[in-house]
Order: sequence, then structure tokens, then C-alpha cells
Amino acid sequence: MTLNVNVKQLGLFAGVLLALPLTSVAYELSGYSAVEGRYFLHDSPFSEPENTVLSAVFAPEFYTQWDEGNQSLLISPYFRLDSEDSERTHLDLHEFIWQKSTDDWELKVGVGKVFWGVTESQHLVDIINQTDLVENSDTEDKLGQPMINLSLFNEWGTVELFILPYFRERTFPGKDGRLRSQFVVDTDHAQYESSAEQGHLDAAVRWSHSLGDWDIGLSHFYGTSREPIFEFNPVNFKLTPYYEIIHQTGLDIQMTTESWLWKLEMIRRHSDSNTFTALTGGLEYTFYDVAESGIDVGLIAEYLFDDRDNALLTPFENDLMIGSRLAWNDEQSTELLFGIIQDLDTDDRMWSVEASRRLGDRWKASLEARIFSVDRDNSALYSIRDDDYIQLEFARYF
Amino acid sequence: MRNITTLLLLTALTTPFNLAWAETAEEKGLAIAVEADNRDKGWQDSRAEMRMTLRNKQGKESVRVIRVANLEMDGDGDKGLTIFDEPRDIKGTAFLTFSHSLVPDEQWLYLPALKRVKRIASKNKSGPFMGSEFAFEDISSFEIPKYSYRYLKDEVVNGEESFVIEAIPQYKHSGYTRIEMWIDKAEYRTQKMDFYDRKNSLLKTNIFSDYQQYLDQYWRAHKMTMENHQTGKSTVLDWSNFEFRTGLTEKDFEKNDLKRQR
Repeated sequence: MTLNVNVKQLGLFAGVLLALPLTSVAYELSGYSAVEGRYFLHDSPFSEPENTVLSAVFAPEFYTQWDEGNQSLLISPYFRLDSEDSERTHLDLHEFIWQKSTDDWELKVGVGKVFWGVTESQHLVDIINQTDLVENSDTEDKLGQPMINLSLFNEWGTVELFILPYFRERTFPGKDGRLRSQFVVDTDHAQYESSAEQGHLDAAVRWSHSLGDWDIGLSHFYGTSREPIFEFNPVNFKLTPYYEIIHQTGLDIQMTTESWLWKLEMIRRHSDSNTFTALTGGLEYTFYDVAESGIDVGLIAEYLFDDRDNALLTPFENDLMIGSRLAWNDEQSTELLFGIIQDLDTDDRMWSVEASRRLGDRWKASLEARIFSVDRDNSALYSIRDDDYIQLEFARYF
Repeated sequence: MRNITTLLLLTALTTPFNLAWAETAEEKGLAIAVEADNRDKGWQDSRAEMRMTLRNKQGKESVRVIRVANLEMDGDGDKGLTIFDEPRDIKGTAFLTFSHSLVPDEQWLYLPALKRVKRIASKNKSGPFMGSEFAFEDISSFEIPKYSYRYLKDEVVNGEESFVIEAIPQYKHSGYTRIEMWIDKAEYRTQKMDFYDRKNSLLKTNIFSDYQQYLDQYWRAHKMTMENHQTGKSTVLDWSNFEFRTGLTEKDFEKNDLKRQR
């Protein structure tokens, strides 16, 4: 089992819990626990991984506020136990953050989560938090990030300043895990460009604003790349992750009209080894209340581009995502999101379905299926070509 | 001359009575709506809690608990912030609306699991709110230019002498051809609404009850019962803890505020 929370964080966690005045403040405990079953349709090309994987999640959330709601503390640890992959069994502190808010500014100190961006198929601009890749291959799950974050609210937009004093390594499936690379990633021996390693002081700034139909964000990040490059280690037959120092400028724009969302995300990233531009741009159109059924049907199309001319670094150098979002708007909030990402240069294709439905008041069932249709062996997705799976999760909220 | 002036003045003073029979049904309907709207002006801002009980044909119930904050805007639709407490899987979800009379509303949704604020398209008027029998257009702020009006008749409803007026949506994408509204003569409170679908068949009835007055002026129904005649489903809204003039400003209704709601 890998403990992704460092001891200092846990110490602070315990310290704050003990220090809180247990009588005078209102507390709130919520969260969920879940069981998940994943069935992989094919045998893995590697010898170790199994086809059936069971796992369980416990994700409580503790919240309290005081100072007339202007100060708050949020603590949300996250624990997953996996039947097969010891790397996927992990504990993380998603949030442990103190917040002070006023009309004009907001200060957050602790471990937090931040999302930037507008598109659906991938999230280029979103860079503050590290991807928790053992959670899901779609890169949407994130690890908690230690931060000091000051937000300034102005007439001309919001300015967010971030100091990120500690780097979180990306998680990767282990040798018994599915959706892994041919040679597993040696997460115990990560290499860094900076001699400060995980202690490099990263920083970011973002301006965002809503102007009529337009929502715009412009950001710059300087620090440790969230995305490692890999070096093959011939001694232990593992991939050593190497984290460079990067500059990344990001732009995200959404224009919203009655039924249309027009979206663009664009980044330019510079490091010693590479400078590249990537973008995701597209639209979402929704037919609301189709035939007075209450059902909304959204159609999504996004183009994905990356000028790194290396299929091993990104699977999305020239791809098209076509998808649909269905919302039944019923008592159980039934939803379904379906998508295909087609490589426009080859026959590579990814299929994805995500659906969910509430059961009663406290349960929720989620279904997820992904199919990877990959033929060329020089693709970033080649090692997961046989990892098509169906996943069912039952979560109970408290 | 003086006598004539006096006579003219007297005539002017009495014209309301003279005009009463000359007033068209449209003018009378509009006048009633304007009076109701005027009586509800000046509350500035409000907060309230709402328990929404959805009941299906078999009588099975499910409950949503939400908190609502509203800001009255001069010459524009109100701003509204809605926070969901139950069901638990959507706890912390928050919804921000800048409503407008005839141009599309501006809406943002905060999804706490993803920490993501999404600007959402505003065409959705007729779709159900939270799986209930209330459509988005039923819960958005009432603005005079949203409808054209016609006075129909007088009738007693909920024990109150009422005007019955017809309101025809002037905004796009409404699910209704028309709405009949019962507005009581004593306090100009909405007592009942009948909604007619796009085929002009009776779709839903909303009964307003448990009215209480705040700040010696503003009446708020503490119970709204919406019955769908076509599906047999119903939704009851139970409002509580109304507070007015709590000091909310436009700064409390910004995109940034969505992430702070608990």
C-alpha cells in the first residue's frame, strides 16, 4: 500500500482536530463510501493483472465554519482499497484547507483542489492538482495540492495567485494493475530537474472574468510539470518518471448562448526538452425538454490538437471527440454521457460511457465503460489496447 | 370659467370610475399584474429554506432540501443563488441565476465533486427543476414584461375574492400557451395558477397557501402545491425561515461565491 499523504500533513490533520473548540462551533460530517467492480473484457498482455477487480472507497468530509461564515475549515481524506493493485490502494488528503473570505478577497491555506477549464474531452488548462491516475485513466481524478491561494475580486475580473510549496507525484498503476504501461512506472525513484525535487516552489496566476455571454480565463504556471517524461531503467526494467520545470500559459474561453456552448482551451508549455502548443476546441448543443419528455439531449463535438510530433507523449495530437449527454431530469437524476475520441491520422479510437442514477435518497449507482481500439504499436495507448472494461459502482452518501 | 374648471377637475377625479367600464380586458389584466408587482417592490434581498417533496402517482415520496438567496434588482430580473443540501449525493451543488425579462438569463452551476463552475445554457425554461413538477420557468423571478395579460373574471378561491387573469408568456421556449392566475383583491397575492401546455390542455395547477406577511408589506406563501393533471404526480414546496434585508449585495451573487457555499 502506498501512502500518498506525507507524515507532516497527517500530523497537522490530527493537530487541528484536537485544537478545534468542540463546543462552540457547528460541525458537519458528510461524504460517501462506495464499492466498485471492474470487469476487463480481455486478458492483459502482461502476465500479472486479473480481469476482475473489486475495490472500496471511503471519502468522508468534515466541515466547520465560524466568524459568521467568513472562515471555514474543510477536511476530506480519501481512501481506496483495491483487490489487485497495491498502487491503486491508496490514501490521499484531497482537502485540508482553511479559508477566509471577504467581499473583495479570499485566502486559502492548506491542501486543496482547484479546477480550471471548460472542455469535456480533456483538461489542458487545469494544472494546479496532480492527476490521480490509479483512480481513473480519464485523468479527471486529482490529488490534494498544498497551497497558499489568494483571490482578489475586481470589477475587471478575478485574479488568483497560487504558491505551491510541495509537489505531488503522479500515481501510476502497479504491475498487478490494469490500464498500466508495459514497463511499470517506478514511482519510488522519481527524478527531478530541480535540485529541490518535490520542494520546488511552484507558482501560478490566473485572471478570469465573465463578460456577457463570454467567460474567459488566462493563466500562467511556473514550476514542476504535472506530467512526467519517462526514462527506461535497464537495471530494474521500470520507467523512471522525470519531472521537468515548465512554464505553461493557458487560455480558456466559453461563449454561451441559448442552446450553444462554444469552448476553447489552449496551452503553450515550455521546458528544456520541448516547447509545444496544444488545444481543445468545440461546442455543445442541447435540445432541452425533447418532445415535452423532460429529457435534455446534448451533442458535443471537440477537436483535440497537440503539436508535439510524438505519439508516445500524447494520444491526442490530431483527434476528434464526438459525444452526447443525456439528462432525464427525473426524480433519480438519471444521466448518461457517451463519447468517442477518434484519431484523425490513424484508426485509433476510444469509446466511453458514463451513466448514473440515484437509488432512494442515499444511494447512487454509476456505470462506466471504456473501449480502447488501438492497433499501432507506437501509440501512447498501445499498452492499454486490451484493457476494455465495464465498471459498476454503488455509493452510499451520508 | 372658475365653475367650468371646477367641473373639469371633478370630472378628472371621477374618471377612474368612468374608465372602469371603458377599460379593455387587456388593460385591466395588466393593471392587476402591475399592482401585484408594485406591492412586492422594495424587499431588497431575502433568504429562505425550502423543502421540496416529490410524490409520484403511487404516492411514493422523495425529498430535496435547498436554501435560496435572492437579490432584488431595479429595472432587471432578480439575482438568485440556490444551494442544495439534500439529496446527499448533490449536497453542495450551487446554482446562480441572473434573470432577465426577455433576454436570456445568465446561469452558472457549481459541481462540488469536480470543484468545477460551469456556465450553462439558458434556453431551458420548460424542463423540470430537480425532477419536480416545477419547471425552471415556474421558479424564475416574476417580471411584468415576461407576459401579456388579460382580465377574465372574478372568482372566490381559497376563500378569497380574486381576480382571474390570463398571462401569455412573451419569452421564448416556454412550455405553456397560457397561465391563468387567481390574484386576491385584498392583498394582490397569487392564490392559484393553472398552466396550459403547448396543446392548450390543462397541465398543472399550483395552489399557494399559508401566506405570511413580512416587514408589514411583503406576503410570502409558505406552501405551494403543484399538481400535474396529466401524470398524476405532484410536488409540494414548504418554505421556512424567510429573512429580508439581510445585507446581501451584488458581491454575494458572483460566480466566485458559488464555490464558497455550504
